[in-house]
Amino acid sequence: MTIEKTKTGKQRWLDEMYGPAVKKHPERKNRFSTLSDELIEPLYTADDLEGFDTDRDLGFPGEFPYTRGVQPSMYRGRLWTMRQFAGFGSAEDTNERFRYLLKHGVDGLSVAFDMPTLMGRDSDDPLSRGEVGREGVAVDTLHDMEILFDRIPLDRVTTSMTINGPASIVWAMYLAAAEKRGIPLDRLGGTIQNDALKEYIAQREWIVPVKPAMGLVVDTFRYGSREVPRWNTISISGYHIREAGATALQELAFTLIDGLEYVKWGVAAGLDVNDFVPHLSFFFDVHNDFFEEIAKFRAARRIWAREIERRYHPRNERALLMRTHAQTAGVSLTAQQPYNNVVRVTLQALAAVLGGTQSLHTNSLDETYALPTEEAVTLALRTQQVIAHESGVADTIDPLAGSYYVESLTQRMERGFERYLGEIEKMGGMVEAVERGYPQREITEASFHFQQQVDEGEKIVVGINKYATSEEAPIPTLAIDPQVEQKQITRLAETRKTRDRGRWNESIDALRNAAKRGDELMPRFVECARANASVGEQVLVLKEVFGEYHDPGYF
Amino acid sequence: MKRPIRVVVAKAGLDGHDRGAKVVARALRDAGMEVIYTGVHQTPEQVVETALQEDADAIGLSLLSGAHNYIFPRVSELMKEKGLDDVLLFGGGIIPEADWPALSKVGVERVFPPGASLEEITTYVREAVPRKRGAAA
Repeated sequence: MTIEKTKTGKQRWLDEMYGPAVKKHPERKNRFSTLSDELIEPLYTADDLEGFDTDRDLGFPGEFPYTRGVQPSMYRGRLWTMRQFAGFGSAEDTNERFRYLLKHGVDGLSVAFDMPTLMGRDSDDPLSRGEVGREGVAVDTLHDMEILFDRIPLDRVTTSMTINGPASIVWAMYLAAAEKRGIPLDRLGGTIQNDALKEYIAQREWIVPVKPAMGLVVDTFRYGSREVPRWNTISISGYHIREAGATALQELAFTLIDGLEYVKWGVAAGLDVNDFVPHLSFFFDVHNDFFEEIAKFRAARRIWAREIERRYHPRNERALLMRTHAQTAGVSLTAQQPYNNVVRVTLQALAAVLGGTQSLHTNSLDETYALPTEEAVTLALRTQQVIAHESGVADTIDPLAGSYYVESLTQRMERGFERYLGEIEKMGGMVEAVERGYPQREITEASFHFQQQVDEGEKIVVGINKYATSEEAPIPTLAIDPQVEQKQITRLAETRKTRDRGRWNESIDALRNAAKRGDELMPRFVECARANASVGEQVLVLKEVFGEYHDPGYF
Repeated sequence: MKRPIRVVVAKAGLDGHDRGAKVVARALRDAGMEVIYTGVHQTPEQVVETALQEDADAIGLSLLSGAHNYIFPRVSELMKEKGLDDVLLFGGGIIPEADWPALSKVGVERVFPPGASLEEITTYVREAVPRKRGAAA
């Protein structure tokens, strides 16, 4: 059937069938739109895919433009990595949780650090009061890092570390811990998040201003491709952008434009696209709107491949692959009727798998209250295992390809991306856009708009603005030992007292001098780690040389 | 003429989760109040100083970091020290219900959990501010 015929046919159906039907029984809503408020038609047909070319726009799995997946065999070969983010209390507490997770079938570790560590402050810093070990694990020095990974085979598991501002410092501690155990750096695999741009855009865990932060990131690219070849030196993250209130399109666009900005900076610093770009990985949120999310993942792969090819023509094809981690949307969880969260997480996880993610974290039902209990984490992991082994969705590759609706959403994402790219390129790139507060304002607008839609009942949240109940039985939650803060402060004081003062001094001075001269910093951070310098001490040096950043407070 | 209600919406500690605070700030402003948003990473001292400088009627403090049992009492204590007895202190974020009674005892007049509507929050502030002023006078 030609497109013309489909168009005429659809119009006839709308006039003769659909029109009269909704006249008799009106539609449920005045307006149907995705979670991101993109309008949805009652029916999608071939004419919604005008200009769509299967060879050019889909291709085959493992082949350009990778819409159907980055690996040729996808989940028929190997399932996605089930990677549960964990960290709380002391290094001992988290080490125990890691070993529990490994016993129950996770394939990779993922470290959640506490707020002071994320902000590059030591546990005894006045601003750390009340936050040590609360939202993640406290790591001040190499000593904590060694306890955190005690009895964990660093050459066999891969470790993802959610750390940004002080990413190089914390990564250097991990490398130093491996070195002390005699594990060569080229045997280590994992990821540091290290995505500076999204800190200013959304997550707000910065330490220095935008431009020097970009310099620190490029420094890890250089060191990583040379010394730790199995490591992903960045995880360019849409997750936090989405959680801060962005739409699916904004998440996709800002994340990929961040990615292009990192590549631009790497190239400007003299790095070879073929060496460092294959080490860039991505991290997306997976929210409630099932098809929109699937389209987002498929579009992201296609856009990345096309943009990198168009700009750099890399000879290493791996530079074109958008490999991604995904996490279900924390922001979609509700405190009310918390067991409903299990269902939300299941649908979101299913969307991530149908979207072709390389690894996945599923949130726990109790996370609007506190960090998850062991039971809640186990259920979240089992959710992935049921999808993987029982649902059958992992048995064929990209099963939704060719769906008029999904392909049309995928195309719409790509066009939306182009509009944002145009805007941001006009400003001179993402660094300039961030300095002007452009993505920050776009996200704030979107989050306010969504909250209004919820308040007006235009968007339904089950258990909140519909089907709410008044009396609810409390669920068990994880309590953090209030002694953790004091114990951690004592341990840090002990380390400061017993470390080799001379070596510490030298390592800190060498770091300061290298930062001032613009020399490579990673080797200096590794030496600081060996000398038991704390995260906060090293961050102070960076702030002294590069300055600080303060929230402009857009709202 | 009666001046509009002035509210300081604050983020204290290292917590960077500012989506809720900004949405609430915007809603209060749209409801006709004057809103001062502090931005993230403020110390309790800075929050109270801002309220004093801005002659605020209320402080709305958002915390999702688990540090509420330290930061709320500290802000409340500083408010007393600075004589801000007629200023309303309320909050929101990830704050377990089990902690509410203790926070109420130190002067946190209301805690909004996740899922609270903007309407609920603006109505509360509009009604509670005059009540607080009346009680203090």
